[in-house]
Amino acid sequence: MNNDPAITPELVAKHGITPEEYQNILKILDREPSYTELGIFSVMWSEHCSYKNTKPLLKKFPTRSPKILVGAGEENAGIIDIGDNLAIAFKMESHNHPSAVEPFQGAATGVGGIIRDIFTMGARPICGMNSLRFGSLDSSEVRRLFRGVVGGIAHYGNCFGIPTIAGEVCFDPSYEGNPLVNAFCLGVLRHEQIARGAAKGIGNPVFYVGPATGRDGLAGAAFASQDLTEESAEQQRGAVQVGDPFMEKLVMEACLELLAMENAVVGIQDMGAAGLTCSTCETAARAGTGIEIELDKVPQRAKGMTPYEIMLSESQERMLIIVNKGHEAEVQQIFDKWDLPWANIGVVTDSGHMVVKHHGEIVADIPAAKIANDSPIYHRKSQRPVYLEKVQAFSVSELPDTVTPENDLKLLLSTPSLASKNWVYRQYDHMVRDGSVICPGSDAAVIRIKEDSLPPLSKGAKESVPAGIEKFIAMSVDGNGTYVYLDPYEGSKIAVAEAARNLACSGARPLGSTDNLNFGNPHNPELFYQLEESVRGLAEGCSIFEAPITGGNVSLYNQNPHGAIDPTPTIAMVGIIEKKEHITTQWFKNSGDIILLMGLPVDTKDPNLGLGGSSYLQVKHKCKNGNPPRCDLQHEKKIQMALLDFIRAGWIKSAHDCSDGGLMCALAECCFSQDIALNTPKLKGAEIDLTSCEYDRVDALLFGETQGRIILTANKTDIQKLINKAAELSIPLNIIGKVSSSDLYSPTLSVKTKNAFFSWNVSELYSIWWNTVENIMEQK
Amino acid sequence: MSNMKAKIIVTPKKAVLDPQGKTVQNALEHIGFKGIKDVRIGKYIEVEINDMDRETALREISKASHSILSNPVIEDYSIEII
Amino acid sequence: MNFAVLQFPGSNCDQDCIHVLKNVLGHNAYLLWHKETSIHNADAIIVPGGFSYGDYLRTGAIARYSNVMQAVAEFARQGGLVLGICNGFQILCEAGLLPGALIKNRSLRFRCEFVWLKTSNNQTPFTCVAPKQDIMRIPIAHGEGCYFASKEELAQMRDNNQILWQYCDSKGDITPESNPNGSLLNIAGICNKEKNVAGLMPHPERASEEILSSTDGKTLFKSMIQWFEKQSR
Repeated sequence: MNNDPAITPELVAKHGITPEEYQNILKILDREPSYTELGIFSVMWSEHCSYKNTKPLLKKFPTRSPKILVGAGEENAGIIDIGDNLAIAFKMESHNHPSAVEPFQGAATGVGGIIRDIFTMGARPICGMNSLRFGSLDSSEVRRLFRGVVGGIAHYGNCFGIPTIAGEVCFDPSYEGNPLVNAFCLGVLRHEQIARGAAKGIGNPVFYVGPATGRDGLAGAAFASQDLTEESAEQQRGAVQVGDPFMEKLVMEACLELLAMENAVVGIQDMGAAGLTCSTCETAARAGTGIEIELDKVPQRAKGMTPYEIMLSESQERMLIIVNKGHEAEVQQIFDKWDLPWANIGVVTDSGHMVVKHHGEIVADIPAAKIANDSPIYHRKSQRPVYLEKVQAFSVSELPDTVTPENDLKLLLSTPSLASKNWVYRQYDHMVRDGSVICPGSDAAVIRIKEDSLPPLSKGAKESVPAGIEKFIAMSVDGNGTYVYLDPYEGSKIAVAEAARNLACSGARPLGSTDNLNFGNPHNPELFYQLEESVRGLAEGCSIFEAPITGGNVSLYNQNPHGAIDPTPTIAMVGIIEKKEHITTQWFKNSGDIILLMGLPVDTKDPNLGLGGSSYLQVKHKCKNGNPPRCDLQHEKKIQMALLDFIRAGWIKSAHDCSDGGLMCALAECCFSQDIALNTPKLKGAEIDLTSCEYDRVDALLFGETQGRIILTANKTDIQKLINKAAELSIPLNIIGKVSSSDLYSPTLSVKTKNAFFSWNVSELYSIWWNTVENIMEQK
Repeated sequence: MSNMKAKIIVTPKKAVLDPQGKTVQNALEHIGFKGIKDVRIGKYIEVEINDMDRETALREISKASHSILSNPVIEDYSIEII
Repeated sequence: MNFAVLQFPGSNCDQDCIHVLKNVLGHNAYLLWHKETSIHNADAIIVPGGFSYGDYLRTGAIARYSNVMQAVAEFARQGGLVLGICNGFQILCEAGLLPGALIKNRSLRFRCEFVWLKTSNNQTPFTCVAPKQDIMRIPIAHGEGCYFASKEELAQMRDNNQILWQYCDSKGDITPESNPNGSLLNIAGICNKEKNVAGLMPHPERASEEILSSTDGKTLFKSMIQWFEKQSR
């Protein structure tokens, strides 16, 4: 009956297992593995599951703080205390390769997977974000991918019923054929509700809940850990899983109800990458127990599935639940309430082994702890890439200064990476559940946690959270691949600084972060150098801003036939806003408000004056060169702390971080305000006076991306207090203009420099910025 | 009485705007297909039926098509039993 | 006043309605599971937004056959107040409690954004607090919100003043540009002939608190409350 192929060196290699790794397998098993076992090892030891190439690097991340209740690597997601017996669980994960193959389902199942990670912890998911990268929108193939990914995220999030509240999208030719789809989810729970993924209690039954297992996404985890070539994309087309958000909602509600039942559940784990394999190995390994399952009991969608296929299937929306013996009936009752398919597929044992049976025969028998924890670890070779020399040698003095700043601003605002992403976020339900206080479009999104955000309580249990509780959580996701390409260390610091700055602009202090490392093939020493340097920068940044990493994801082998993508670490930072009154947005509020610039207008110690790697250079001069702006973390921190002080003092009416596109793009965004309703924006004007800024280059002043800058507005009456306080803290803070009256037909944004005067019609700028992406996507 | 299959085709009524159909029509024309008069997009539903005579099957499936598989306000349907 | 908010397995605006009715407006509100056959002591029923049963066949197609909807239909026949929001509107149309149907947005895309709404008839239990011709700012969030009804039905509804809310611009003008989904006559919401059952695509429960940037949605719930209290006096 056994039709399994013979284990040959070719078969081993096909599973991405090296000869040394194979020797290790022989040692662990003390015999030759079966075909099923080989499959199990290949997924458990893939980069996606084992982090074998990155573990030594990831150790450099700061991962501790007194507020961290569950830290990085312990469970499916980290958990942070936010006071009043409440905690938040959050994490970001990539679904890059599946999205390259089938954008809609690839992105949808990415969202589904990260939501499962959150409710597996016992938390109720309350919002999502995402960070996306695509090639140039000039290509119809890229537009197809972009449309599919956004559609897939919308489909899953909207139907599941959590707001997709923030995100970022950038376009660069390096992502052609290898889009990045990083999805983030955040959930909330009471301290005592933290659930663990451990198979404890010998003799406890192991339940499977969710739809039947099919041949979906076979070996997806291994697939995520290979270079993406044209051939593999074609071949893998059949392997993409299909998501069912409605099913996932049912599974979540049932799981949260189960967890609320006293003593019913001892462990819970989602079946994500490598499905049944990962969940059984890991739960047993965490508890130091064994687990035995019978595949005949696993609900199956296709006829004649082999043990190999069942163990490696990535069918979505499935959970593994270790039930406390004697509570089976109560558990079943809840599954029936939600009309969910379930099965009792096995039992927790004391053998320390993961034993898999099929038709009464043992098809796999592996020491669980060994396979889960003794995965190989590689210290890859690293070598400074040759290209860095060339790109960093560039000096901005090679290029003439601008004489057409009016056109330059319009050009920047009509660049898809800088233009409004309303075409994207209007497809996401970003308001469901009545918690979206700051919706997409400002620096950071803010979500309100209220009583109904929490998971259900056990029957008869006393509420441990104060009545009428309200908490405000801010979040932002950032990353600039160009900067990291030009200087992996400095660029990565900037990603963290910008995320923290976005939080500060909304009035929040950081609590923690989650990262997604999107890089190329780690066997290439130059690409590994990027990864190593990037981690160093991220780690430093997260330490300084006291935003430890609580978990994350690594996605390697991101390349298309032309080479690796720009190294792209993305960082999602989460913070807390102490009081409702501190919630701040980026939009100019009232005419007559004074506009101030915190930080230096131009970093004169930077030879490129903040223009290296800037959007301006890329868009206007088609030049992706130069050292990126320097990021002084201490200075950044000082500025952000001061901003928070100002906000708490009640002096700040708006705050906006100055980043891509420089001062002018930031000012324009402040003028655009939040649209009031469909097609009825509320626009403001501004009169800016930069005559006191003596710089040679107008482009550096208007479009340079010097770090550590924030645009503020305040009421006239508060200005002196602000200036005095800034002087006391020795923070650069200068008045640069005022918000102008908007009773005219159309407000104007004007700038006076030492030698010139420029002005723009805000309605025109708005229309360019608001419509660019939609016009491209709808071919208007 | 052998196993039968019902094939049900649900289409939007002529009077109802069909944005999917319109989009596909535009795309076809855009790619260069000539002479396309109209495109309408509907649903195809396949139902496998056990132990039932043909007449009963047709009656039951008609009932199902009218009551749930289609919305008579906006959709028409046709049934084929094989 | 006692509100029952229906809960289908895929409902996701159920809690939001409870939150507004209870915490913002201070009335009683409870969830009513779709398998229930009675509406208990409800004075009014809200059919909330979401994806009832996944909505893979057609929005609201399966929900109308649920136990609870049979009870709701009976309640409506007896003159009870029923308000359907978004998916709830779709369900009420499928169930034949409201005329017409909702089809895919003309853009084929899901749209989530604030829109302006004009109240076209302020003599109903759902609009009596709203001054006529006043405009409201309320968000929409749907992929299938394009309202369709036959010419005859539309004419009847017009004669009967059954069109309650229409999409408009910031000046209150009903224009093609302000129509987010292609609805006939810019229809955002309607009621039945008897005026005790209404449905709309926009989400008033998302616009009932200052912190969510609009409180215009409150007028719908307040109307129902005022109407009910007048009746029971």
